[in-house]
Amino acid sequence: MTGAIWSIPALFVLAIVGTVTAKTPAGRIVIYGGSLLLAAGLLIAGFDALTGPVQHLRLPLGLPWIGTNLRLDALSGFFLVILGLGGGGASLFALGYGRHEHHPERVLPFFPAFLAGMATVLVADDAFTFLFGWELMSLTSWALVMAHDKEPGNARAGFVYLIMATFSGLALLLAFGMLAGPLGGYAFDSMRAAHPATGTAAIILIVALIGAGSKAGLVPLHVWLPLAHPAAPSHVSALMSGVMTKIAVYGFIRIVFDLLGPNQWWAGTAVLVLGGITAVLGVLHALMERDIKRLLAYSTVENIGIVFIGLGLALAFRATGFQAGAALALTAALFHALNHTVFKSLLFFGAGAVLNATGERDMETMGGLIHRMPRTSFAFLAGCVAIAGLPPLNGFASEWLTLQAILVHPEMSEWGLKLMIPVDGAALALAAALAGACFVRAFGIVFLGRPRTDAAAHARETDPWSIAAMMGFAALCLLAGIFPGVVIDAIAPVARGLTGARMPVQLGDAWMTIAPVEASRSSYNGLLVFGFVTASILLTVAVVHRLSRGVRRGPAWDCGFPDPTTASQYSAASFAQPLRRVFATVVFQASDTVVMPPPGDNRAASIVRRIRDPIWDTVYAPLGRGVGWIADRANKLQFLTIRRYLGFVFGALVVLLMALTLWQ
Amino acid sequence: MVAPHGLSFDVAHMLAGGLVLVSFMMLYQDRLTALLHVLALHAFVLALSVAWQAHIQDAPHLYIAAGIALAFKAILVPYALRRMVFQMGLHREIETVGGVGITMLAGIALVALSLEVMLPVTAHTDPVAREDIALALSVVLIGLLMMVTRRNAISQVVGFMSLENGINLAATGARGMPLVVEISVAFSVLIAFIVIGVFLFRIRERFDTIDVGALDRSRGGQR
Repeated sequence: MTGAIWSIPALFVLAIVGTVTAKTPAGRIVIYGGSLLLAAGLLIAGFDALTGPVQHLRLPLGLPWIGTNLRLDALSGFFLVILGLGGGGASLFALGYGRHEHHPERVLPFFPAFLAGMATVLVADDAFTFLFGWELMSLTSWALVMAHDKEPGNARAGFVYLIMATFSGLALLLAFGMLAGPLGGYAFDSMRAAHPATGTAAIILIVALIGAGSKAGLVPLHVWLPLAHPAAPSHVSALMSGVMTKIAVYGFIRIVFDLLGPNQWWAGTAVLVLGGITAVLGVLHALMERDIKRLLAYSTVENIGIVFIGLGLALAFRATGFQAGAALALTAALFHALNHTVFKSLLFFGAGAVLNATGERDMETMGGLIHRMPRTSFAFLAGCVAIAGLPPLNGFASEWLTLQAILVHPEMSEWGLKLMIPVDGAALALAAALAGACFVRAFGIVFLGRPRTDAAAHARETDPWSIAAMMGFAALCLLAGIFPGVVIDAIAPVARGLTGARMPVQLGDAWMTIAPVEASRSSYNGLLVFGFVTASILLTVAVVHRLSRGVRRGPAWDCGFPDPTTASQYSAASFAQPLRRVFATVVFQASDTVVMPPPGDNRAASIVRRIRDPIWDTVYAPLGRGVGWIADRANKLQFLTIRRYLGFVFGALVVLLMALTLWQ
Repeated sequence: MVAPHGLSFDVAHMLAGGLVLVSFMMLYQDRLTALLHVLALHAFVLALSVAWQAHIQDAPHLYIAAGIALAFKAILVPYALRRMVFQMGLHREIETVGGVGITMLAGIALVALSLEVMLPVTAHTDPVAREDIALALSVVLIGLLMMVTRRNAISQVVGFMSLENGINLAATGARGMPLVVEISVAFSVLIAFIVIGVFLFRIRERFDTIDVGALDRSRGGQR
């Protein structure tokens, strides 16, 4: 195997070093510097695997009859690239950001272990190693979520996260158990060779969707994500949102596309339904949110929905024998996963920088930061443009490809696909439009206008390390947007391995044009759009400068600005109010109540906004109440006599033995 | 393979059956000293049975297991318990064993149950092991029954020890059980005995009785 794969054990060693050096001043430099180098190693290993042959490695560790099987193919390689990028960026950011950490000993040891867990999942070639990496990833990220356990809400976030992580691990365990079959072939090679019966395959697919989906944040399994991701330190939030959700996507692709073999068409429909709902609900939640980090977490839910729409299309096309379409949809999904890693990490870095500068996560307390933090706001703006899906940045390229995959579908005879594919097209378009509004709101409220609090007024620009990380990712957003053909061609081996086809070679076309199927049907040229956008901006600036007499600062025009208090500006809530009226009254039962104190009472009048999460109310709250009810009943068992406990053991044994007798 | 109805089978069967019989004897002993004597007898029959297994299986290491059973379970543990009883001044006490008849009937039902469970399951194995395992299960179940019906902590310990003897019988009946298992089981029993002994004295110190009901009262539990 590639030498660079040694990064994984080195990360484990670094985690141990972290426990020792965490409290020393050099600990931060050692751990994050080391993580940065090792993430670069993972990146190189990923590039190697994307282009090179499949590599195997068997280590005599773990269970004696399985060992530890590692495998690097194009799919793992692609996700290793994602991990290397996201992990490296987070490490670079943390070199500066980690300085503000009050309890470095609660973050430093777990950070490299988290990276190592994710890398282990990617290179695993048997169920045991895979689940080991998966659980390591869950546990270390849980520890990182609990790093600031004293802050309100974080303990609950950690609790919900732990439950959902256990649930997802359990579901995957079931999936692997059924894939292994009665003979217990836990190596992935034997799973690929085995062909489970249709019914079993259906159950495996559903269980894998539940297991990987609850880690990725698919609705209705997303409830932990907007709680846990913001609770962690910001560079860890970036890793969890940007990278860990992609590892979950990898798990789904590995099980369903690779291990399970051919699928039925309804599988594509199921994934399409969930993906569409996830995309729309995620962005609607994001629009209602006033906590900047929770907004970003909900937006992650939305983007996972978009990725799963692509995956669902790929499954549907593969089942109906339309291989080129499957390759296009899968490429779009993977491209979007990569893009999301880049811009979501960038946005979380920006949120972290703002959080450090103002000490606040509530957008209603910010404003005007573009003057105090010009570099951060520039990078954040790039991330917002990218995630909103505006050309010429990368978010547009991958969302456009996904839409192309929806439009390219031939006449289908299956009713489910006939219905769901156009519906998902509409859902995707709606989600993209709402995401635009959402990030105009995020950027506008945080960075534009006048500062709403003293904390925002006295914010300072963040440190050079963090700026470097953000600017690097902003540049990547632009590059991947201008040259999408490079990325598409790099994904081609993955698509060929999983769908048997690939998209047409893009780099041959003149001027970096990309054409999903053929140039006569549709094509997009990022470079041209970039050139056009840049030229028109420059032209406008030149004209404005020529016509005007330079920048002047004077008293604001009174008609636009009658009230000097900052409260008269647009707020996050008021910006979202029209959309809240249109969508959220139905979906979230949003209500605005004006509380008007009676005459004589000198309290201020207020507006109370209430938003309910339908998924939480209909699924999780009854479930929690049920568990509580059973626990209350079982509580009596805690206060019995010793003899009665012995009697229970005895009685249970006798009953089981009797059952055994009768059963024979 | 031993012939189904040879002498060795009959003796093995008799010893295992004897163990069940001694288990029944335990159920109605209401004096602690007498109960301890029966426990010693129980372990002695176990040691004989293990030694016989060693003989017919040609497994010399089982002689060691038999020796351990004899030394620890038939002599050391009953003697130590007996000393404890005398130290605590319990040797004259009579424990109320509620419903001897019902307990005995329950014991008989348990033996019937274990035969009913085990014989069909082990239909294809060595008949010696088969009978042994069925009888061993009844010894285990009767030991549990004893722990459930008694109130006195020492009687519960005796029930536990007899239960453990049943497990030992099952382990030796099966061929190829490594010696290390035997030894570790014997030592774990010894450790358990020491721990229990310490606890008994602590309980006694605090509550002036070793009726486990006192523990429940102290915990504020429902009676």
